[in-house]
Amino acid sequence: MSQTISEPTERAVQDQSNGPRMSDDQALEALRTMQLIREFESRTMQAYQRAKIGGFCHIYTGQEACAVGTIMSLEKTDPVVTAYRDHGHALARGMHPSACMAEMFGKLAGCAKGKGGSMHMFDRPNHLYGGHGIVGAQTPLGLGLAFACRYQLDVMGSGEKRVALCYLGDGALGQGAFYEALNLATLFSTPVIYVLENNGYSMGTALKRHAANADRLVDRAEAFGVRGVEMDGLDVMSLYEQFRPVVDDCRERQVPAFVDLKTYRYQGHSMSDPQKYRTKDEVEQYKEKDSIARLASQLMTPKDDGGRGILSEDDWSAMQKEIKDLVKEAMDFAEEAEAPGESELTTDVYANPQPNLSPQSVYGHGVKNPLL
Amino acid sequence: MTTAYTPELTEIKDAIHPALGKVEIPDFVSESELPSRDGDRVIQYREALREAMTEEMRRDERVFLIGEEVAEYNGAYKVSQGMLDEFGPKRIIDSPISENGFAGMCIGAAMMGLRPIVEFMSWSFSLVAADQILNNAPKMLYMSGGQWGCPIVFRGNDGAGGQLGSTHSWCVEGMFANVPGLKMVIPSNPYDAKGLLKTAIRDPDPVFFLESERMLGDKAHVPEEEYFIPFGRARVCREGDDITLISWGRPVHFCMEAAEKLAGDGIECDVLDMRSVRPLDIDSVIESVKKTNRIVVVDQSWPFGSVASEAIAQICERCFDWLDHEPVRVNTIDVPTPYAKNLEAAYLPNAERILEAVRAVVSE
Ligand SMILES: Cc1ncc(C[n+]2csc(CCOP(=O)(O)OP(=O)(O)O)c2C)c(N)n1
Ligand SMILES: [Mg+2]
Repeated sequence: MSQTISEPTERAVQDQSNGPRMSDDQALEALRTMQLIREFESRTMQAYQRAKIGGFCHIYTGQEACAVGTIMSLEKTDPVVTAYRDHGHALARGMHPSACMAEMFGKLAGCAKGKGGSMHMFDRPNHLYGGHGIVGAQTPLGLGLAFACRYQLDVMGSGEKRVALCYLGDGALGQGAFYEALNLATLFSTPVIYVLENNGYSMGTALKRHAANADRLVDRAEAFGVRGVEMDGLDVMSLYEQFRPVVDDCRERQVPAFVDLKTYRYQGHSMSDPQKYRTKDEVEQYKEKDSIARLASQLMTPKDDGGRGILSEDDWSAMQKEIKDLVKEAMDFAEEAEAPGESELTTDVYANPQPNLSPQSVYGHGVKNPLL
Repeated sequence: MTTAYTPELTEIKDAIHPALGKVEIPDFVSESELPSRDGDRVIQYREALREAMTEEMRRDERVFLIGEEVAEYNGAYKVSQGMLDEFGPKRIIDSPISENGFAGMCIGAAMMGLRPIVEFMSWSFSLVAADQILNNAPKMLYMSGGQWGCPIVFRGNDGAGGQLGSTHSWCVEGMFANVPGLKMVIPSNPYDAKGLLKTAIRDPDPVFFLESERMLGDKAHVPEEEYFIPFGRARVCREGDDITLISWGRPVHFCMEAAEKLAGDGIECDVLDMRSVRPLDIDSVIESVKKTNRIVVVDQSWPFGSVASEAIAQICERCFDWLDHEPVRVNTIDVPTPYAKNLEAAYLPNAERILEAVRAVVSE
C-alpha cells in the first residue's frame, strides 16, 4: 500500500482543541450533502460515458467529507475557492445540482453559461470564487479573497470578520505560487485557510514520489509561520469538530492556517485514467473506511451503543431515494436545457466593451448569468 | 428539500450589470478644451503617474497600490514618492519579490470588489506572473459566465534603452496584447500618462499599463484641472499629406524626430500616437491613410506577431485599395536585447531607421 492514512502526529494532536460537537441536525445535513455529491458524481460519470460531458472531468467520490466538513464550519458570506475537482465544493456551498450539471453539459443555464465546464464552477450568490484549472493558481487568489475581507474591514470599515477557504490538491504542493502565497499570508496577516485535500496522488504520482518530507507536510506551512494541522478527512464529524475551531481562531485573530486533510479518491484522476499506479486492494481498503457509510452507521447506531440513534434504516433509504430523484432531475434538466446561442461567444469578455478591442469581434453583455 | 431550478435567461439590457454594478466611466474632456497648454505647470512623467494614482486613491477607498519598494523606499523609480506618507501602509503596500503571488492576490482582491494597482518594477519581471495575469485576470469574467470581473491595473516599465541587457528589456506588448479580455495602454508623454492612468483605474476591466523608464523624467505641461483620456482614441501629433507614421509609447518621439528631419527634405508626415493598442484606434489610422496613401508603423517590440503586424493586417483589411505602397514596419531588430550602447541604439526603432523606411516608401 503506497499510501496510508497516517495517524495525526503528536504535535498535531496537541494543536487540536476540539470545538463544538456536530449537532444532530448538522449531522443529518452532512450526510445528505455527502450523499448528494456521491449520487451526483455517479450520474456525472454516466453522462461522461455517454459523451454528454466533454473535456477533462474529475470525480470527487471518496473525498466528500472534506468539502462538507470544512464548508459546514463557515459563515454563508465567507469566500471559497478551489481547484478543478470542484463539483463537491460547488454542491456543498449550495449550488443547485441542475446548475452544476447543466454547466458540464455546456448549457446556457449552467453556472457559467456553459463557458467554464467541469473544472470551472463559479457561484457568486454562494460565494464560490471558482474552480480553477491550473494546479496551484487558486492559492494566490484565495489569499486575495482573504486580503480583501481584511481590507474592507480595516480600511473601508465595512463588513465583519471573515475568513477565506482555499482548497488545493497534494499535487499543488509542487507549485511555487503556493509558497509565495503562504509567505504573503503571514506578512500581510491574512485570514486564509489552505485546505490540502491530500488524497495521496497527483495524477499517477504518489505523494512520496512528488513531495519531499511527505510525512511532515505541515512543516511547510509552519516554516512561514502559518499554523499547520493534520486531520482525518474521512470522518466528517471529527473533521468538523477539529476544523471549526481553526476557522474561529483565524476569524478572530485574522491569521492564516494550513490543514492537511488525509483523504482518498475512489475513481481515477480524471475520466480517462487506467489507474496502473495503484492496486485494486488499496482502493478497497479505503472503501472500507468510507465516510458516508461511517456517518450513516454512526447516526443509525443507538445512543446506548455509542451512536446518535437519530436515523432509521427507512429514513436513510428515503433520503437516498430523495437525492436520487433530485440528481435525476438535474440530469434531465441539463439534457433538455438550451445550448448557448452563438452570440454568447463574444459576451462576458469585457465588463466595459469598447469599439476596436478586436479586429474581428464586437463584444457585448449577452444573457444575464442564471445564478444572479 | 432543494427547490426547483428555474433560471431566467434574459439579455442584460440596462447599463447596470447584474454582477459588476454600474460601470463608472468618467466624462472625457476633449483635448481642445483642456490641452497641454504652455501656461500650465510643468511636471515629470513619474509625477503625472503619481498624481493620477493619488487623485483616484483620495476619491475611492477601494484603490490601493502594491509592488516592490513602492512604500518605504518611495518607489524604485520614485513614481510613488510620498504616497506612503499620505495613505499609510495599508494602502501603499511593500511586497516581497513574489510577482506571481502578489499579482494573483490582487486578482482575488479585485474579484471581491477592490481596485488594485499592481506595480511591476519592470514588465520584464511580470513574466514570472504570466499565469496569473494572462490566465486569470483577463478570463475571469468569461470563465465565470459574467459573474466576476477583474478591475485591476498592472503597471510598470516596459522596453529597452537603459543598457540593461536582454532579461530586463522586455517589450511585452507583442506577446500580451494577443490575449482577449485585457486592455493595453502605452502612453508616450506626461499629459497622456496622467489622463490615461486615471481612466485605467476607473475601468472595470484588467488594464495593462506600459510605461517607460526612459521617459519617467520627461517633462510636459499638465493641467491642474482633473481630466481623463479615453482608450482607443489616437492623438495627431503632427499633420502632413505625404505619409502616415503611427506608433505608441516611447518610439512616438523617434517618429517626431524623424518627421522633423523629413520636413526639411519636403516630406510631410502625419504622425499618430495611438495611446492604447487594445483598443486600437484603427479608424483614425484609416482616415489618415486615405489622405496619405502610405504608412510606416513603428513598434519597439519584435516584429514577429507584433502589434505592428496586427496594425498592418487591419490596414490591409480595411483600406488596401487606398495604399500606393505596401505597408512597412519598423520594429526592434529581431534579436535578444544587446548590452553595448551602440548595439542597443541600433537595435531600437530609432529615428534613423524610421527616416530610411519613410524615404524608401515615398521615393517609390
Ligand atoms: C500547472 C499545471 N500543470 C499540470 C496540470 C495537469 N494536471 C491537472 S491535475 C494534475 C494532478 C494534480 O493532483 P492534485 O493536486 O493532487 O489534485 P487531485 O487531482 O488529487 O485532486 C495535473 C498534473 C495542470 N492542470 N496545471
Ligand atoms: Mg491529489
